[in-house]
Amino acid sequence: MKSFKQLAVAMAGGALLSGAAFATDITGAGATFPYPIYAKWADAYKKQTGVGLNYQSIGSGGGIKQITAKTVDFGASDMPMAQEDLQKNGLMQFPAVMGGVVPVYNVTGISSGQITLTGAQLADIYLGRIKKWNDPALQASNKGVKLPDQAISVVHRSDGSGTTFIFANYLSKVSAEWKDKVGQGTSVEWPSGVGGKGNEGVANYVGRINGSIGYVEYAYAKQNKLPVAKMVNRDGASVTPEDDSFKAAAAGADWKNAPGMALLLTDQPGKGAWPMTGATFILMHTTQMKPETAREVLKFFDWAYANGSQMAAELDYVPMPAAVVSLVKSAWKAQIKDAAGKPVY
Amino acid sequence: MVATQDAAPRRLQSERWKDVAFEWLTKAFAFFVFSLLAAILVSLLIGSALSLGKYGISFVWTTDWNPVKERFGAAVPIYGTLMTSLIAMLIGVPVSFGIALFLTELSPPWLKRPLGTAIELLAAIPSIIYGMWGLFVFAPLFQSHIQPLLINVLGNVPLAGNLFEGPPLGIGMLSAGVILSIMVIPFVTAVMRDVFELVPPMLKESAYGLGATTWEVVWRVVLPYTKVGVVGGIMLGLGRALGETMAVTFVIGNAHRLSASLLAPGNSIASALANEFTEAVGDLYFSSLIELGLILFVITTIVLAISKFMLSRLARLEGEKT
Repeated sequence: MKSFKQLAVAMAGGALLSGAAFATDITGAGATFPYPIYAKWADAYKKQTGVGLNYQSIGSGGGIKQITAKTVDFGASDMPMAQEDLQKNGLMQFPAVMGGVVPVYNVTGISSGQITLTGAQLADIYLGRIKKWNDPALQASNKGVKLPDQAISVVHRSDGSGTTFIFANYLSKVSAEWKDKVGQGTSVEWPSGVGGKGNEGVANYVGRINGSIGYVEYAYAKQNKLPVAKMVNRDGASVTPEDDSFKAAAAGADWKNAPGMALLLTDQPGKGAWPMTGATFILMHTTQMKPETAREVLKFFDWAYANGSQMAAELDYVPMPAAVVSLVKSAWKAQIKDAAGKPVY
Repeated sequence: MVATQDAAPRRLQSERWKDVAFEWLTKAFAFFVFSLLAAILVSLLIGSALSLGKYGISFVWTTDWNPVKERFGAAVPIYGTLMTSLIAMLIGVPVSFGIALFLTELSPPWLKRPLGTAIELLAAIPSIIYGMWGLFVFAPLFQSHIQPLLINVLGNVPLAGNLFEGPPLGIGMLSAGVILSIMVIPFVTAVMRDVFELVPPMLKESAYGLGATTWEVVWRVVLPYTKVGVVGGIMLGLGRALGETMAVTFVIGNAHRLSASLLAPGNSIASALANEFTEAVGDLYFSSLIELGLILFVITTIVLAISKFMLSRLARLEGEKT
């Protein structure tokens, strides 16, 4: 009751000064990959509740910096933070939404889904070991497809990105040489190829350079009508990138036992699982000095889990499965507390 | 009588503080520039302290750029910055000179104004437009028509052939250089035209009167008279080329690899910063990027110093001749 009064006073003051109810808006900053869906959710949420979200898509690195400095109510990162880093900074994280990374190509005469790649082959192409489309290894796993005698132009991201992190993380899992030479991160030292800025940059280069291969978020492959490759997953099955195969990857994941829910959905078991799937994460402080604002943030994500699935699917994101959502909610209860140690939500 | 005589000086006396205040105000503005410069330099130094301490001077010639293993070096972006700017100046300066010459000496009067306005409008186009045009329009044409020609004709020439090797990608150092040259042309042209117009007509007419050709007039009269301004214009263009970010990012290919071929993708300091700053996770990575900024600052300072030195040398030579 008291807090409501304070809120009312603040709102009245705000209304007097500027005519806007700024007191209830929540702020966040970070990853660019989930920005379209956060913006869409925020818009619908504001219409329903009047609470606005001010999200700056400045990149995961910036998001982590800002939440550590407490200049925003929540941070967002495509790369999950390690448990010890979370503890060091007094943060907790939870997954908000998922997406898939897909290989796209531009080879004359070969349409979408005609090429199937194994993880090792993809790694070899990006390592510069497989240099031509008609390489014996590629030809062997694509019998019946006439691959041209043409050099492969590799396209990668030039900016740091969660997409790159998922891609490099997968290649590290399936290729020892990749793990040893390149490793994983939001940006890596690329052994070959050209760099495009953003998903749209990579999609553009692949669309233009004949004989090229690249990797983008699924939505960008769809929007740009780029041919996508099938991948052989961990169970040895050849899968097409689509909503169902992304969901299949999330279904088999063991979120419960992942420390800090820092789970990557790459190379997941399951016959239908797409091997390059990943979630994007929200970061919040475990001790909240402004519990009202924290409550608003959690309310927003609670609403998004419950009502945002359709919107996510429209933008080619994959909503979190119900089991994971209930896990996230219990983590909120257990980890996010006010100064007195009482759960915020 | 006495009263009116005293009134004016007294009024001046009472107004004097305004002069003093005005002087201090302008002085403060002027020194604000110094303090701003110093503040930028200091914050760059503080920001890059970590990477300066770890790599020292070897940062400048290390070609690694590995965010995963945290090994950083600036050789690739430094080379890319200097090379693309060099290409831009090699193409841009002669073209600008030609345009300025045509505008001031050869153009029919009715063409002068529209042509001059067109040049100024080119300068007003935001750089990202150049970048997008470069990527969507220029690069495909370059890839399908010009690069194959370069590879076939120049690729087999000894030594120079190394500069034109590899598959035609459309994007790369040469494309970036060409786009940059288009971007610096309006700046250099505008300055050159303005200084060419300052040449007293009497000098030119005397030379023409003695039977000099247009080329001789330009080379012997106009250029010596305006060389300070011309060098200044070139340096202005070079400054823009060195620091240009978005347009270069679009077409340079953004690969941290050193390659002899100009057709290969590379990277420049400004585009590396634009690409990687947002997602630079880790203190050393961040610090190395700031050090790249510091290096760009140093490079532009050196360019400015060289141009001042050249100008003063030119002035001195002039003094000796006469």
